[in-house]
Formats: sequence, C-alpha cells, structure tokens
Amino acid sequence: MIHFIVHDQNDSVGVVVVEGVKAGQEVNGWIMDQDKDLKVKVRNDIPIGHKFAIRDLADGDTVIKYSTDIGRMVKPAQAGEHVHVHNLKTKRW
Amino acid sequence: MLDQTILGYRRENGRVGVRNHVIILPLDDLSNAACEAVANNIKGTLALPHPYGRLQFGKDLELHFRTLIGTGRNPNVAAVVVIGIEPGWTQKVVDGIAESGKPVAGFSIEQNGDINTIAAASRKAKEFVQWASELQREPCPIKELWVSTKCGESDTTSGLGANPCVGAAFDRLYENGNTLVFGETSEITGGEHLVRDRCISKEVADHFMATWSAYNDFINENKTNDLSDSQPTKGNIEGGLTTIEEKALGNIQKIGKKCKVHGVLEPAEEPKGDGLFFMDSSSAAAEMVTLVAAGGYVVHFFPTGQGNVIGNPIVPVIKITANPRTVRTMSEHVDVDVTGLLQKTMNMDDAGEALLECMIRTANGRMTAAEALGHREFVLTRLYRSA
Repeated sequence: MIHFIVHDQNDSVGVVVVEGVKAGQEVNGWIMDQDKDLKVKVRNDIPIGHKFAIRDLADGDTVIKYSTDIGRMVKPAQAGEHVHVHNLKTKRW
Repeated sequence: MLDQTILGYRRENGRVGVRNHVIILPLDDLSNAACEAVANNIKGTLALPHPYGRLQFGKDLELHFRTLIGTGRNPNVAAVVVIGIEPGWTQKVVDGIAESGKPVAGFSIEQNGDINTIAAASRKAKEFVQWASELQREPCPIKELWVSTKCGESDTTSGLGANPCVGAAFDRLYENGNTLVFGETSEITGGEHLVRDRCISKEVADHFMATWSAYNDFINENKTNDLSDSQPTKGNIEGGLTTIEEKALGNIQKIGKKCKVHGVLEPAEEPKGDGLFFMDSSSAAAEMVTLVAAGGYVVHFFPTGQGNVIGNPIVPVIKITANPRTVRTMSEHVDVDVTGLLQKTMNMDDAGEALLECMIRTANGRMTAAEALGHREFVLTRLYRSA
C-alpha cells in the first residue's frame, strides 16, 4: 500500500493519501516524477491529505513541492513531522 | 474516442448544446417571485432567481448584462422568458439573447402587476416549452463541445490526482480542437509564471500577467490578514493545503501538459476561436461556473478533494475526485472516481480516458450527480457596490 506521495524527489514534503496514519508508523512513499519508493517514520498522527517533512527543515527555509516554492517555514520541522499552517506560511499575502 | 459523435441540440446559430432548458430569467431581484411563479405554472421550465440588477453601473452593470445575456444564449438553453421590473433593461437582455436566433420574450411588471405579468409570461413559457420538447438530438462532432473547468474544496489529492486527470482530458480535447476555458484568477497566485509560460504569444502572456496582477493588487488593497481561512479556505486547510502557492500549483494541473493559452477573456465573455482560454474570474465555485456558462461553455469538469457539491442550472457539472475518504463518505456526489491514481492501480492516461467517457455519456443526456441531486447554483459576480 502507498501511504504517501511525493511529487518530485527534490520536494521538501510528502502527502499522506490514506486514512489513519499514526505517530511512530513507518510509511511507504511513492515519488511520482521519478517513480521511486521511499520509507519515512512519521513523528505525528497525520490525517489524509496532510503533509509531513521528508527532510529536516529549519525556521525560514523555503518549502518545495511540485519542484516549486510553496512558502516558508516559521518553525523548524524534522523529517517525519507534520507540516501545515502551524509551521508553514505563504510568502504572498 | 474523440472522433465519435455525440447526440446534441444544434441551435439556430450553429452552436451545439447538450441540454434543452427553457429558462425563466429575472432581470433583477424584484422579478424573482414572478419568475418562480411562471416556472411553477409551466412544467419543464426553470426559474433562475438571483439577488441583483438594481442601481448597478459601469463595468459592474456591463458584467450583469453580459452574464444574463450569455446565460440565455448558452446552447444548453432552447428558449428564454425574461421578466424585469421595467421594460428598458428587460428589452436589453431580450435583444442580446435574440441575436443568437433562439426564441426569447420579455415581460415587465410596472403598470401590469405581478399577476398579469405572470399570466402573460406563463402563456409564452408554455408555448416555448412545448416547442422545445419536440426538438430532437442529432449527431454532432465532439470537437464542437465547449468545455470548462474549475476545481473546488480542493485538497492535496486534487493536485495529485483529480486535477491532473482533468489536465490529461484537456490535453486530448485541445489536440482535438475543442474550445476550453479555465480561470480562478486569485488562485493562480504562486504559479502565475507557469501559466504565463504556457501562453501562445507574448501579447497573450502580457494580457494574462496584467489581469492576474490587477486581481492580486485588489486583494492586497483589501486584505486584513494573510487570507488564511479565505484563500486557502477552511475546507482546503482541513484537507491539508497550507498556502495559496501550494493550492495554485495543484489548481493549474488542470491545464495539462500540452494546452496553450490562446486568449484572456473578461468575466462571462464568449471566446472567439478554439483552444484554451483563461477567464478572469472569482475562485468561488458557483460564481466561476456561472461565468463560464455565460461564456457559452456547455459541459463543466469539476475536480474536488473534500467534496464540493456545486452544480449549475443549465450546464452539467461532472465531479471528479481522487480522495478515498470523499468517495467513502459522499459517493453520491462523485461522477468519476480516480482514487486508483494514488495507489498506482490507474495511470493518468486511463483517468483522462475515464473522464472523457463520462463527458460523452453526459453530453448524450445522462444526468450528472449534481443534476440528479438538484444542484442549480446560479451566482452572479459583482465587481463593486451599487450606486
């Protein structure tokens, strides 16, 4: 089963695509553009559709998804940690 | 597949429709009651109530007329009864619709009252609906279908599955010579450079960037915070989308990999020529679908993540989702299930093909989920306050 998907191998985050992913679980990922597999141990419960870091991210880092800038971290997150409105903000509005 | 024909309605001006509505169209809010009474009297007609049409001026008024006239001209509409409070603006809408060659008649309430107006308009509506009920579907090339897209209640599965599925279908329709449209100006923010690079000429690219910048300036002038909860919406955030950039990059998956942008349309403007167009439009679902319907588009592709239930009174809205929870909890709203894309049990070509197959069945007359559930959201876009 594929638990999460990453658009491109250079992206910062992956997206959980199944329900019920729990903290501490080792999840199976698929990197779409390169058609590669990836395993990550998640650090939080992650709802379906939500993102987690696939590499350590520092405060101020630009977050990449679709190989493109989607905003900046306002708190650090380690690999496997939930990334959402509490630690990622838009650079636009 | 796209060399097949569909069974559509060939209208007086040559355009192809896939539905055969007789609509009772109010010029203004005051005329909603009379329109609803006529639609209640005459079975098979449909009233389109809305809250506007008084004391509007300038570009906002032009958009009001363009939207009402375009709705009446849409090839999914066989005939139109227009009712307004006074005859002047009512006649303006009637004249605009009449240019398409279809039957249209206007009625005004002042100096007649609701009851006499309803009686006269009902007689005309009865004549129209009996005439329309004898019109026959005939084989029409798929190339003649004008297809629009806009997504809603998006989440991260939209950008992974449902939106690229629309993109795969749009790439095929583009190569087939269909007339296509996308929009949602504010929701391109973060991917505007990617859309600019898909424009067919420097002129179109400059027009697109000027349109996008003007909308972005308007947001920056009026915002009171970073728009969190508005754009992305609460529903988007619940679904895992965090920033406008992330939402935009998912959004623009809908224009596929091959489509070029041939032109930029004003809200509710009818395109000239085939290819993909960008319509300057709100990102709110019902507003945007109403605008593209007024632009003359006859089938709509609506990918959703969290499950937006929107429909349109005159255009069939096809719902596509890749979110397995949405399929589990609200399957009655889903026309095309592409959840297999996220488990590698379906590839993007197959997903695009499944959507095109649903489009053909819908064009031939099969009701969409939104039609069967009675979703008829008709929402006019306002540009600014009334005078």
